[in-house]
Amino acid sequence: MSLDPATVRRIARLARIRVEDDAVPRLQGELNNILGWIEQLSEVDVEGVAPLTGGAQIALRLREDVVTDGGYAERILANAPDRAGAFFAVPKVVE
Amino acid sequence: MMFFDLSIVEAAAGLRRREFSARELVGAHVDAVASLNKRLNAFITETPELALAQADAADVALAAGTAGPLAGIPLAIKDLFCTEGVRTTAASRMLANFVPPYESTVTANLLRDGAVFLGKANLDEFAMGSSNMTSAFGPVENPWQRAGSNAILVPGGSSGGSAASVAARIAMGATGTDTGGSIRQPAAFCGVAGIKPTYGRCSRWGIVAFASSLDQAGAFGRSVADCAVLLGSMAGFDPKDSTSVDRPVPDYVAAARRGVRGLRIGVPREYRMDGMNADVEALWQSGLRWLRDAGAEIVDVSLPHTKYGLATYYIVAPAEASSNLARYDGVRFGVREDGEDLIDLYERTRETGFGDEVKRRIMIGTYVLSAGYYDAYYLRAQKVRALILKDFTDAFARVDALLTPTAPTAAFAQGEKMDDPIAMYLNDVFTVPASMAGVPGMSVPAGPDAQGLPLGLQVIGRPFDEETVFAVSQVIEDAAGFSAKPQVRAGA
Repeated sequence: MSLDPATVRRIARLARIRVEDDAVPRLQGELNNILGWIEQLSEVDVEGVAPLTGGAQIALRLREDVVTDGGYAERILANAPDRAGAFFAVPKVVE
Repeated sequence: MMFFDLSIVEAAAGLRRREFSARELVGAHVDAVASLNKRLNAFITETPELALAQADAADVALAAGTAGPLAGIPLAIKDLFCTEGVRTTAASRMLANFVPPYESTVTANLLRDGAVFLGKANLDEFAMGSSNMTSAFGPVENPWQRAGSNAILVPGGSSGGSAASVAARIAMGATGTDTGGSIRQPAAFCGVAGIKPTYGRCSRWGIVAFASSLDQAGAFGRSVADCAVLLGSMAGFDPKDSTSVDRPVPDYVAAARRGVRGLRIGVPREYRMDGMNADVEALWQSGLRWLRDAGAEIVDVSLPHTKYGLATYYIVAPAEASSNLARYDGVRFGVREDGEDLIDLYERTRETGFGDEVKRRIMIGTYVLSAGYYDAYYLRAQKVRALILKDFTDAFARVDALLTPTAPTAAFAQGEKMDDPIAMYLNDVFTVPASMAGVPGMSVPAGPDAQGLPLGLQVIGRPFDEETVFAVSQVIEDAAGFSAKPQVRAGA
C-alpha cells in the first residue's frame, strides 16, 4: 500500500500537524518506506489468534468511585500558555 | 578521597561507617557534572543546589540513624520522569518550559529512600530513538571512543544521558525507561548494567507517556548489584497506575547472589542472524560457556516470531504514541504557537513543538489507527504480538532464562544511520521482543569488541522473575570481569 500526497496531507490533518507543501514529498517517501517495511506482517498466519492489548496479562483493577485527588487549580494552571481567571484560554471558537 | 569508582553498594557502606559525608560524595559528583557535562551533554537540566540540600538532609539522617538505603547516593534522573518543581522536558521543544506540580511515583520512591538527584538526563525526544540524536537539546556524547579514533560515538537511546552519565562516573546510578530497548541498548553501548523489569513492576504514574502498553521504568548502574539496589527502591504497587501489579518486591540484592547452578538457560536460535557481527557472536558463546561453567544447563529454544518483533513494534508503539501525544495541543501546558483559529493553533503548535522523528511516528500511528486501515495494521499487529508472547511462554516452560546479545553492534558514530529510519530501528532487534511480551530483560557489560568498545549480553526472564535475571546477570558480570573504563570520565 502506497500513500499519495493527498493521503499524507489527510494524515497530517488527522494528527493536527501542519505540513508545508514543500515537506510533503519527503514525508511521503519516509512514511511509504516505513509502511512498506511493516507490510511483512501480512505473511504471518494470525487466523484464530486473539489480539494482545498489553503486556500486563492481567485484568485491569477497579477502584472505589470516590474523589482521591484535586482541588489545586492554581498549580495546574501554572503551566498554561494562556489563562483567563481559573480557566485555560484559547482563541475564540464560536462567533 | 576518590569517589568516582565506588559502587552504590560500597558508597552506602562508606557513608554508614562515616568514612565520608554525603556532602563530600555528592559535592564531588556535582563538580564532575559541572565540568564534564559541557562535553557530554548528558544532562538537560543540572540541579546542583537541590542535590547539595538533599545531601545535607542525608547527612542528618545518617547521623540520626534514620537514613534510607539510598541516603546520599547521587543519581541521574531521565528527563521523562516528572519531578516536582524541576523542569521536565522529555527532550522536546514542546515541554521546554514545563515544570511539573507533582513527583512521579518512581522518583518519589527513590526520594523516600534518601536518594540525591543531580539533574535531569538527556534522552531521545519523547523516548523515540536509539541514538539520543533526536533530542531537542542536542546529542549526548558516549564517553567511550574507538581505539585510535576520536570519532564521537552515540550513547544509544533513548536513555542515552542516563547511560552516559553512569559510564562517565558523574552519576552513581540512573533511572531510565524502556519501551523497545531504551534501557538495555544504551547500557550495552556505554558499558554499564541496565535492567528493564516486568511490565507492571514499576509504576508509570508521572512518567511522560510514549507507548503505554510497553513503557516501563528501570535502572542503570555500574554493577548488577547496584541495579538490584535501585530497582528494589523504584519498584512496587501504585494504585495510581492501573497496570501496576500488586505483589511484594523481593530482595533483589540477595537474589543476585543465588548463582545459576541447576538453572536451564535457553539460547533462542532465531537470534543468530545472517551476517552477525563476529565479536558479538563470540561474546555470546563466551557467555554461554560462563553459565555452563557455573553449573547451568544450556538448552536450544525457538522463538519463531522473533523476526516480526520490530515490525509489530513499529505499528503498536506509534499507534499508542499518536494517542498519548494528542495531549500536546498548546492549551493546558507546554509551548503554544498562535494561529488564526483553534485548529490552526493546534497544528502550528505541533509542527514547531515536535521534532521530525516524533512527527513521523505520530503520523504512522494516526494512519494505522485510521478508518479502513485499523484491521490491516493495528489489529493484525496485536495478533502477532500475542504470538510473540506465546513464543516466550512456550520457551519458559522449558528454561528459566534466555541469553542473547543486547544489540547487533557496539556504539556507532554520530551521523551514522541517520538517513534511514529503518536502519536505526534495527538496533532494537534483540530487545523489542521482550518488550512486546512484557518480560524482564537486563543488559550486562561482558567484553570489548575489536575496537575496544563495550558489548552487552542480554538476560531475559519469566514475568516477575527479576530475581533469576539478576542471578544470571551476576554470574556473567563475575565471569566477564569487564573492568575497562571509558576515555571520558570523572577522576581520570
